[in-house]
Amino acid sequence: MTTGGWIIMVLSIGFVTGLLVWSVYKVLTTPNETERMHGFEFETPDEKRERQPKQ
Amino acid sequence: MEPRKSSPGGVRILSNLPHMIEKKESWNSRLGVILAVSGSAVGLGNFLRFPGQAADFGGGAFMIAYFISFLLLGLPICWAEWAMGRHGGVRGFNSCPGILAAVSRKPYAKWLGIIGVIIPVVIYMYYVYIEAWCLGYAVQFLRGQMHFENVEESTGFWFKFIGIEENGSAVGFGWERVGAYLLLVFALNFILIYRGVARGIEWFCKYAMPALVVLAFIILIRVLTLGTPDPAYPDRNVVNGLGFMWNPVKYYVESYDPDTDVWSRDYEVMSDRQIRMARAEVQASPNLRLHRVGMTDQLRKPDLWLAAAGQIFFSLSVGFGIILTYSSYMGRNDDVVLSGLTAASANEFAEVGLGGLISLPAAVVFLGVAGLAGVGLGTFDVGFRVLPMVFGAMPAGNLFGFLFFFLLFLAAVTSSLSMLQPGIAFLEEALGIGRRQSVAILGLITGVGVLFVVYFSKNVKALDTLDFWVGTFLIFILATIEIMIFSWVLGIKKGLALAHDGASIRIPSYFGFIMKYVCPLFLLSIFTLWMLKNVLGFSFERGTAEVSGYWRDLFVEPDPVAWLCIAIILMIGIFSALVIASSSAYSRIESSEKEAAE
Repeated sequence: MTTGGWIIMVLSIGFVTGLLVWSVYKVLTTPNETERMHGFEFETPDEKRERQPKQ
Repeated sequence: MEPRKSSPGGVRILSNLPHMIEKKESWNSRLGVILAVSGSAVGLGNFLRFPGQAADFGGGAFMIAYFISFLLLGLPICWAEWAMGRHGGVRGFNSCPGILAAVSRKPYAKWLGIIGVIIPVVIYMYYVYIEAWCLGYAVQFLRGQMHFENVEESTGFWFKFIGIEENGSAVGFGWERVGAYLLLVFALNFILIYRGVARGIEWFCKYAMPALVVLAFIILIRVLTLGTPDPAYPDRNVVNGLGFMWNPVKYYVESYDPDTDVWSRDYEVMSDRQIRMARAEVQASPNLRLHRVGMTDQLRKPDLWLAAAGQIFFSLSVGFGIILTYSSYMGRNDDVVLSGLTAASANEFAEVGLGGLISLPAAVVFLGVAGLAGVGLGTFDVGFRVLPMVFGAMPAGNLFGFLFFFLLFLAAVTSSLSMLQPGIAFLEEALGIGRRQSVAILGLITGVGVLFVVYFSKNVKALDTLDFWVGTFLIFILATIEIMIFSWVLGIKKGLALAHDGASIRIPSYFGFIMKYVCPLFLLSIFTLWMLKNVLGFSFERGTAEVSGYWRDLFVEPDPVAWLCIAIILMIGIFSALVIASSSAYSRIESSEKEAAE
């Protein structure tokens, strides 16, 4: 590999790795992020119907 | 931490929009949705298509065009899809027709959204077939049955496995036939999709994605420590393999034939030392020359930009309608900007950081640059002709071959799951049916499609044709529609404000200009180049034109299989249109939006 190849490889992998690490760090350190992710309902419509007593 | 079953925000949104469809499902956690979207994006292309494209189109020069495309094309469309999907989701829409209509408030947008139903459903029909190849290869390596002396043998096995020589010859069961693996992966996909977005897709991706990364690192370490396995071929080593992939300036030794008055390429020179040796060699011989192709020479080629932009496009899964559906299961104040960036960067890491270091270096170590170039650098060439022979030849090859193809299998499952959810969401939303019925209907449609692709296996004609017209052509169309709706119909200020609702980070303001002007223009330029090259058969190198095989199969020398592929695409489109026409779900969009505004 030429010197130019090494430079391009290190810069490319460094960029994507840095971007991923920074993004994951921000996701994990932003306060109350997990709580903001909420669910409306955790059942499929079929399951909900089956769970409910028949009228 | 246990996620809440509901939130004040979610209840408020729905109570403000009384006519909206009740929201049914959502992701369990933020990391879950990021892993699911990353899983959708990370697929075979990261480990097989990307390295081949990069090496074929200039190595390091390709990477410059690749990153520019990432910033100007991939990331803007990605953010637009995340923001529009969530916006449609809080209004009760999870399918592309519903989301585009809700975002644009234009009734016609739901018809345009049909493309976002066709794309994932049709791609699933052939993607699950390739997924079965990966599982089949993993099992065969585990059984210790993959010993190939040369590429011809591994190619022969692949041809037989997928029935490339005769229609119908792929249909069959047994260890070395694709049938059983196909049934298995088809069932696995539908079991997971039946369990829903949180308990099916998210649950699987939470385990599969970390496992995929661990497997990739194990294989990466194996490849990078291969050294120079055959002393008889000192040039076949890992560093030269990396050079083939990453060198930004290409050097070729060419020889002159006085009879024909033509210089022909002998071999590519990989390292600084070899360049010095080659210079000395050509100085000693008048019939040899060292041809240098610089970065700017390569960046001037339209083919390179087409390849780089196309790779970004398909790799990030933008324009598939998948991100729209996935992000529609988020809440109004859930972050989409950082989540989108994280999912995109995870895909880029898997592609550049892992995929860029595994496939080609391993192949060069055992075949050499000339040998690899002779086989070809296409996705299937690298994945199913070269690498099986390479793993078979390396120490502990059965183990590493199994790990590699199992990695591909996991990557494929996380992607194929994402192709089913848009169809499921559309059927449930438009027909008002439950998960059981929607899974049954989609299972029937895709089952027929998969049988079609598997039966018409000769020269992978059905797969190739569907991939061209749906997996490439329609994706360009949908991506253009999406970015135009976000930037022009909704308006860039409103669009960015939408994206910033609940965002952990802000999109830099200059991206407004990029999303409104640069991205659509770039997209249209690439689409025009693609049409010129792949449909009209224009050669940018030679300046000649000859209609492509895909066009010829339809209009010059009509091929029945190619026309059947078009019929399948049209039937799914017409079916979707009839479903929309008969559904009351979309007719309420305008009135509800007015109420919300009041």
